[in-house]
Amino acid sequence: MTQTQSSGKSVQRLDRVVIRFAGDSGDGMQLTGDRFTSETAALGNDLSTLPNFPAEIRAPQGTLPGVSSFQLHFADHDVLTPGDAPDVLVAMNPAALKANLRDLPRGATIIANTDEFSKRNLAKVGYDANPLDDGSLESWHVHPVALTSITVEALAAFDTLSRKDKERAKNMFALGLLSWMYHRPTTGTESFLEKKFGSKPDILAANLTALKAGLNYGETTEDFAVSYEIAPAKMAPGTYRNITGNAALALGLVTASHRAGIPLVLGSYPITPASDILHTLSGLKRYGVTTLQAEDEIAGIGAALGASFGGAIGVTTTSGPGVALKSETIGLGVSLELPLVIVDVQRGGPSTGLPTKTEQSDLLQAMFGRNGESPVPIIAPQSPADCFDAALEAVRIATTYRTPVFLLSDGYLANGSEPWSIPSVSELPDLTVEFATEPNDTDDKGEPVFHPYLRDEATLARPWAIPGTPGLEHRIGGIEKANVTGNISYDPDNHDLMTRLRAAKVERIADTIGDLEVDDPSGEATVLVLGWGSTYGPIAAAARSVRNTGAQVARAHLRHLNPFPANTGEVLRRYDKVLVPEMNMGQLAMLLRAKFLVDVHSFTQVRGLPFTTVELADAIVSLASGADTLAPDSKATDTVAAKGGHA
Amino acid sequence: MTTELGMPSIGVRSGTAGVPHLAEDDPRQTKKEFTSDQEVRWCPGCGDYAILAAVQGFLPELGLKRENTVFVSGIGCSSRFPYYLDTYGMHSIHGRAPAIATGLATSRPDLSVWVVTGDGDALSIGGNHLIHALRRNVNLTILLFNNQIYGLTKGQYSPTSEVGKVTKSTPMGSVDHPFNPVSLALGAEATFVARTTDTDRKHLTEILRAAAEHRGTSLVEIYQNCPIFNDGAFDLIKDRTQQEARIVHLADGEPVAVGPEGDRQVLVRGAGGVMEFVPHAESEGRDVVVHDAGAADPTQAFALSRLDSPQMTHVPMGIFRSVSRPTYDDMVRAQVDAAIDTAGGRPTDADLDALIHGRDTWTVA
Ligand SMILES: Cc1ncc(C[n+]2csc(CCOP(=O)(O)OP(=O)(O)O)c2C)c(N)n1
Ligand code: SF4
Ligand SMILES: [Mg+2]
Repeated sequence: MTQTQSSGKSVQRLDRVVIRFAGDSGDGMQLTGDRFTSETAALGNDLSTLPNFPAEIRAPQGTLPGVSSFQLHFADHDVLTPGDAPDVLVAMNPAALKANLRDLPRGATIIANTDEFSKRNLAKVGYDANPLDDGSLESWHVHPVALTSITVEALAAFDTLSRKDKERAKNMFALGLLSWMYHRPTTGTESFLEKKFGSKPDILAANLTALKAGLNYGETTEDFAVSYEIAPAKMAPGTYRNITGNAALALGLVTASHRAGIPLVLGSYPITPASDILHTLSGLKRYGVTTLQAEDEIAGIGAALGASFGGAIGVTTTSGPGVALKSETIGLGVSLELPLVIVDVQRGGPSTGLPTKTEQSDLLQAMFGRNGESPVPIIAPQSPADCFDAALEAVRIATTYRTPVFLLSDGYLANGSEPWSIPSVSELPDLTVEFATEPNDTDDKGEPVFHPYLRDEATLARPWAIPGTPGLEHRIGGIEKANVTGNISYDPDNHDLMTRLRAAKVERIADTIGDLEVDDPSGEATVLVLGWGSTYGPIAAAARSVRNTGAQVARAHLRHLNPFPANTGEVLRRYDKVLVPEMNMGQLAMLLRAKFLVDVHSFTQVRGLPFTTVELADAIVSLASGADTLAPDSKATDTVAAKGGHA
Repeated sequence: MTTELGMPSIGVRSGTAGVPHLAEDDPRQTKKEFTSDQEVRWCPGCGDYAILAAVQGFLPELGLKRENTVFVSGIGCSSRFPYYLDTYGMHSIHGRAPAIATGLATSRPDLSVWVVTGDGDALSIGGNHLIHALRRNVNLTILLFNNQIYGLTKGQYSPTSEVGKVTKSTPMGSVDHPFNPVSLALGAEATFVARTTDTDRKHLTEILRAAAEHRGTSLVEIYQNCPIFNDGAFDLIKDRTQQEARIVHLADGEPVAVGPEGDRQVLVRGAGGVMEFVPHAESEGRDVVVHDAGAADPTQAFALSRLDSPQMTHVPMGIFRSVSRPTYDDMVRAQVDAAIDTAGGRPTDADLDALIHGRDTWTVA
């Protein structure tokens, strides 16, 4: 549908758009993307975002490793992923163009900042000729815009500002231009800038002017003849905000502590991509939150466990390398049977790996990465906003069953964002905690005594008796304890019993988590796609696209990885074939095979990025049509090997 | 019993302020009440027994509610300590007790938190946590049982063992240069550092009293004999005939001196600030070193800690440093309390609703 505006320019209606802002790390692309996202959220589109940035704070300017990007998918219907391929690429320099071009389908739009396409900058990334002039971009719609110089010109009147300061406002010019193109309101950005630069009036005015100039540029230049409208999505009634996974997790933890009626104590050590949870919680002291930035990960979890012993909800936040350091303390938590929440925002591994990229490769670490038989419940959020609910669930399990709990988020969930229908706090689950206050047993002489390992019959949890409670003084420790009394015991039968009790306690959690639900609208699918964690969006989008072709596929998603929902085995056996996509080498698949003896088909990639809808849809289709091997990774190794290999 | 223990604490909060005390008319606590029903399992003659007896005997004197006392330990023979006290206790993992105790003490101002650790536990595997607890000045009392050996793992050399020590893991003698725990603690700017021994019950108790009274991290190094793997490590300063000439009893405000009456040696500062002991008679007119445990600058206390040597020619004992500095846990709590006060009190459901709404919301009807 096309209309014509008063300016003589036409307006086209679209149902969905994917935009990628790309530039140098110092170009402010994350901020630009965030602002465009806010404007889009305010307009009522559904959306999903994918920030993608280098591990270095400022890699050398203008180089490929220094490229930082932000992708946003928004639509008039529900959005499940940040989009496979951009419709529009904003490239602030040649590096940004080069790094992103291969993701750009032919016919897509490129807005390139011509000022940065100098000989020197082109040479830095290996362009012999300027791709904007040499015809190599023929298959795309290229809008060359001298973003930097137009911005500087627009700011000519600001003589207190240096040229550098003026140039810095070019991202606001780009935002203005894109806001014009997609009819985004800029009032939110204006008030954002007022808050950010309130104390620097000339910088504020310059940014506002650059934003306006971008809008006007779209309106007046002939190069941009069309602008686009995307109607609001039909979303369930409610109040919404846009939220990233890390923010949702932090808010979920605070809310859980409020609903539990006990303080939140975070012991943490900074690590990408988990640090923002530490940052957010550190600003929430008003809600009774205590944060300790410890000397290392071990001290972080130690402080959290100490606080749990004292009756707080102890939480530690980290990423894979930090989990490795915390393992021994998690084992202590298993033995002490105290509540503790371990948030692992997974990133590419092994070792330092890919700090800013996403992966799901800590599942087996969470499951087995400790000495001895040391079962720990594991849950995983499925989308950025879902991190809120997952945090509440982690606290529920930890406090009810007196156990450490793993919450496995990942880099994609942490930094990605989506609209969130905000719940009402008073309607959230009641997590009230009860501490032991009185003796719970009698000794041989019939005198009342307190036995720290006398268990609740339903949950097998032991009492939580906190220091300061008269009459319940007791000692706990990592040495094996006699069931009931908690005294040191090296008795063989007792150790066997305690090992089984700790395992049974974790298994009992399945009583309170509900069944695994299957999405199989026709009831005729023969292939089930089973995922966990952040692959939810891509899997749902792939299932939708497969169903749109008239084929059938069933889909289910695990929130609880340990224990699995009680019906998991039955669900797996219900289908001829089960596809398990994961951003690892098949860790859930291994657990499912071991536990249920079902030969699931593992489909994996570890490129540091979420699955695309297309690759998952292809995998589903080829499995449904009889293919038996589905490993893009093994193909990749084959090719590398064939080429002589440099992997 | 009140919190006033006669220590110089004018204007300074006691280490046990904020911890519930017994009421005036409550019966006095006994050593027995602080003794758990668990059989003590150290080797016969182990120095740990004497320390346990001293601590059990001392705790009633504090007059704290027993349920508000917590002992946290790491791993080692010494770290079994909490099992034998009828208070709350946690026997944790190797080296990590200071970290765990930091979380506990910070979140619970109403607890008197003690850490029991060994020379291996505190200075090898847990060295990092120890120095960070000390620099933060968390309100904890750390009892470091130094037997200069790994007892529990059957006698390997430790970070306080002397160079040349022959153990199972050093058949040709250890080449590791040892830590002096007092120097280390002073280097980390600990606010209370003292040294005592297992066998001198009176001195040990005095130090415990001062350490408990101190608000902040108190580090108490306790020389402890391990008769099984390092017997007699401290004989030179335990032997009645030797000790007078070797132990430098630190007394605040007094000249630093050693030796029996009649053969008194006084510490003086010579050229270039170098300290040396000289006979009392020769100290006239010299720059005599007067101990000042409360000096803001830890330099002199550090110098005193360096008098020590593996030969134990001179071993300072007592309180090296006791200065007041705001504690980590008090300050952390003050920030949280201030934030709550400024916001008008504990958060309500409505406050949480406002928090999770954030600034930018929109409504779908
Ligand atoms: C992670 C870990 N590493 C090693 C050990 C083995 N270990 C137990 S106690 C100990 C040394 C204890 O020495 P020290 O702290 O001096 O205590 P002591 O037994 O002498 O009182 C060692 C190495 C352990 N329990 N945990
Ligand atoms: S080994 Fe040494 S330190 Fe350990 S209990 Fe025996 S005597 Fe004491
Ligand atoms: Mg030792």
